[in-house]
Amino acid sequence: MGGAVLTLGGNDKLQRFEQTIMPHLDAAYNLARWLTRNEQDARDMVQEAYLRAFKFFDGFHGGDARAWLLTTVRNTCYTWLEQNRRNRVTTSFDEEIHSTDEDSMNPSALALKSGEVEMLRESLEELPEEFREVIVLRDLEEMSYKQIAEVVNVPLGTVMSRLARAIGRLKRILYSRVKDKS
Amino acid sequence: MDCSHAQSLLDTYLDGELDPVHNVEIDEHLHGCARCTQSYNDRQLLRQALKTEPLYFKAPTDLQQRIQRSVRQTARAEAPSRWFFPSWIKIAAPLAAAALVVLLLVPSIRGPSSDELLTQDVVASHIRSLMVNHLADVPSTDEHTVKPWFNGKIDFSPPVSDLAKEGFPLVGGRLDYLNDRPVAALVYQRDKHVINVFVWPSNQSAQISAPIETQQGYHVIRWANAGMNFWVVSDLEASQLATFADLLKSSFATSPS
Repeated sequence: MGGAVLTLGGNDKLQRFEQTIMPHLDAAYNLARWLTRNEQDARDMVQEAYLRAFKFFDGFHGGDARAWLLTTVRNTCYTWLEQNRRNRVTTSFDEEIHSTDEDSMNPSALALKSGEVEMLRESLEELPEEFREVIVLRDLEEMSYKQIAEVVNVPLGTVMSRLARAIGRLKRILYSRVKDKS
Repeated sequence: MDCSHAQSLLDTYLDGELDPVHNVEIDEHLHGCARCTQSYNDRQLLRQALKTEPLYFKAPTDLQQRIQRSVRQTARAEAPSRWFFPSWIKIAAPLAAAALVVLLLVPSIRGPSSDELLTQDVVASHIRSLMVNHLADVPSTDEHTVKPWFNGKIDFSPPVSDLAKEGFPLVGGRLDYLNDRPVAALVYQRDKHVINVFVWPSNQSAQISAPIETQQGYHVIRWANAGMNFWVVSDLEASQLATFADLLKSSFATSPS
């Protein structure tokens, strides 16, 4: 009877899902936490993303499970961000105020002393999402450019230029914060 | 290589993702340029801080249990027979026998056909896409953006054409799930009305079409052509939706995609 086949099929899918996708929970949470910038929303996003991932798991034909999951996490977060943006005044990065001549930057300012991690965290949070996510994926998640291209769904060349611009912006924000403090 | 070009490649150089030719060029440039070397050192410091400082958010311990529970719940809902069939067989068998008797005695009683069930699913998917504000995974009015987006996400390539000139602009695409498989959903708009077009491969090669159906106030038009199933659903007025379906059919007939 069809029932028996179905039984195996359902079980098997759950088991495969738990083996391949569940281990990447930290990666999913880290990305969601950086994109939403708060714990409660990150939890909701990850849960929603996991349910979506399970629903579409038949479409996963092997390959990079972490990148596959993070694509779903990212899409879920962006849908949420779109909805929230309408109700919120966006704090857009002001190039004018933050712009600093790279030459005048004191390199030691970038050598963070202990206790200044907060400053780095805040600066990274201040970056627009498209720049924030590539830094999170590369430096925190240690993904290759190819994996990042898959998650963000852009060509490899765009990953390259976006990362370069992201680090440039982060440097400027960080520097202006160090200067404000001293 | 000039400084601005070198600057733009410094990060890729740092990541070891640069091609060999540019790699050598950066090496040489850094030897002779103090300004870029400083910039390189800055970036290295910053990158080092990003990697070593505790910036990574690990998932809270209870989250895994919470997710595992809800995924398992979903799995149960997807395959209800799993809980029913093996351990309850002793009860199920007489029940099935009784059901058989009923079916034999009352031949006119039948469950909904698979097409009727699918129509319900299509309408439910349409409503869901409007409710959770998740119309498009790839919001774009450009057919050349929407079509390639599906690459690698599903095992077929749906035909996509923009009908903006005819008054039905394409607004995007998304992945959905119907008939036990992932399907492509193409989203169009007519004034305030949203039209979902669900596409997936069909094993029918012949051209078939079904009459327009209405369920819960939504109209459904479906057909199969060139090895694909098309299900169009919207709250748009029936005759306008039929016009849309005809436009879509003829656009696929003329375009090579």
